[in-house]
Amino acid sequence: MTSKQKPPFIEFLRQMTLIRRFEEKAAEMYALGKIAGFCHLYIGEEAVAVGAIGAADPKDYIVTAYRDHGHALARGLEPKRVMAELFGKATGVSKGMGGSMHLFDASRNFMGGYAIVGGHIPLATGIGFAMKYEKKDQVVLCFFGEGSVPSGNFHEALNLASLWRLPVVYICENNRFGMGTPVERSSALYDIAHAAQAHDMPFHHIDGMDVTDVYTQMQKIIEGVRKAKRPIFVEARTYRYMGHSMSDPAHGHYRTKAEIDEHKKRDPILTLQQLLLETKEITKEEISKMERDIQDIVLESVEFADKSPEPPLSALSEYIYAP
Amino acid sequence: MAHIAYREALGQAMSEEMRRDEKVFLMGEEVGFYQGAFKVSRGMLEEFGPMRVIDTPITEAGFTGVGIGAAMVGLRPIIEMMTFNFSILAMDQIINNAAKIRSMSGGQFTVPMVVRGPGGSAARLAAQHSQSLESLYCHIAGLKVIAPSVPKDAKGLLKSAIRDNNPVICFEAQALYGTMGEVPEGDYTIPIGVADVKREGKDVTLIAWSKMLLLCLRTAEELAKQGIDAEVVDPRTLRPLDLETILHSVRKTNRVVIVEEAWPYAGVSAEIADRISHEALDVLDAPVERVTGEDVPIPYAKNLEQAALPSSEKIIHAVKKVMYLE
Repeated sequence: MTSKQKPPFIEFLRQMTLIRRFEEKAAEMYALGKIAGFCHLYIGEEAVAVGAIGAADPKDYIVTAYRDHGHALARGLEPKRVMAELFGKATGVSKGMGGSMHLFDASRNFMGGYAIVGGHIPLATGIGFAMKYEKKDQVVLCFFGEGSVPSGNFHEALNLASLWRLPVVYICENNRFGMGTPVERSSALYDIAHAAQAHDMPFHHIDGMDVTDVYTQMQKIIEGVRKAKRPIFVEARTYRYMGHSMSDPAHGHYRTKAEIDEHKKRDPILTLQQLLLETKEITKEEISKMERDIQDIVLESVEFADKSPEPPLSALSEYIYAP
Repeated sequence: MAHIAYREALGQAMSEEMRRDEKVFLMGEEVGFYQGAFKVSRGMLEEFGPMRVIDTPITEAGFTGVGIGAAMVGLRPIIEMMTFNFSILAMDQIINNAAKIRSMSGGQFTVPMVVRGPGGSAARLAAQHSQSLESLYCHIAGLKVIAPSVPKDAKGLLKSAIRDNNPVICFEAQALYGTMGEVPEGDYTIPIGVADVKREGKDVTLIAWSKMLLLCLRTAEELAKQGIDAEVVDPRTLRPLDLETILHSVRKTNRVVIVEEAWPYAGVSAEIADRISHEALDVLDAPVERVTGEDVPIPYAKNLEQAALPSSEKIIHAVKKVMYLE
């Protein structure tokens, strides 16, 4: 869309609400044992994926880490197939081979969630390299947490992208905690975005709790990268309400409930609802209807996942080697 | 046929594949302006330019990951490790990403990439530059591993590796780069997964790859002088392994010695010995013997380095053991 068009904030409200309700249901399903393994919820951070991916073109590439449900749904992966993947079913987006941390969809240039902290950042640089090599104008959006920023992979990948002027937007979702360690105890740089300066890369701060800020800034940033053919770094300050993963209680011993409640005052969904009500772009009734529709989608997703077959045993070795 | 060096055969393989397919490119430290740390890519920058023969900073994890990302969207990277010792820095990329992306994505994405470079001991490079790391990569489902020993195989196998739709690890023993051999003119490939009998014999089967294959061929001549006729089998590719060719030889000689430059613990030779013992126990006249490097980091001192590596004497001793001559 062009900047003259009205931003699709109602659609963003719908997507953020879908991600929230989908993950609340996933948490229930985890408690019931329907979902296993490591399951990292994105609740609280929805504005970043929705705003950033909403600003990208469908032909652009998305690469992300293990907290990937939000990015997948924002990218338009089918909720029922994402839920089926969490259930480990043959109908899942990765055919039950990847689970929560490894959602993939080639048809949407959704290049995967990866479970080694920072290990996927060079892959995004590589996709950017391929775009330059083949003289294409696609841009790569690479999402990672602030916990990746001190890692070698991060710095090697950013140096190469800047050195070779590759079209990659590196989006640091600074949710304040790498597992249970706050950023103050893991990064010498408190202002994470300054890490980009070490690689002569322009950087921006965006408000990761405000989808309007994410979207309007990301639109300019992505088009800038597409035109200028050079990478950009974005730090989105956000906050996760839940534990690091489902095996971690909501706030553990590394933060207080009061701290979480403080951040919830700026909840991205409620903030956008409030804005749209004030500008009369939506009514309370429409919001209620949106919630009901989303509830239906989420319940259908669970039903689909539950009824779907497990992968056949032949899948055990089917996907290892390409012909 | 042309008589050329192992390094030239590899260079020809890459250049011919790059002429054939513009999606193929070479990336690594010093591959361009410097013409390759071991001169394998000599002349390639001039022919293909800096977009296809790409010098990188010293960042193995970074540029290996770049290759993987590029391969996911259709390019066919050749990633050169200046030595395989440095590939350890990229092992997370190779093992966690390259080997697993196809599987984790349910077959949606493939990684047609080659990681190649020199390995093994050479002349007194000490502990960090003398390692034979084949077994580390052979252990990983999702990878293929080749280890050519002669120029003809090096060219044919590397071409197959570049055309393969999977990540292929190509070990080139550093000490082999200057060795010469006959290489056919023009385009040819050697399939991955097919072993080669490099010397026919009837008394004992020697199994070895890469630099150890040449050591076994020399040792077979020594053995011949002592009246022992050794057959020498070169697996050429370590994963997948051509067990049939190996078993065919074992059924002929009934005795096996496997020679591996790397350490004994969990080595490739242990895997091959296990397979033989299960598939051909009925024809074995003696337990399979392994001659490997000693279980130590390779020392710098000349005498100690020699003592740490397989030698003709050790191989002859093992052959006599399986023939009950000692």
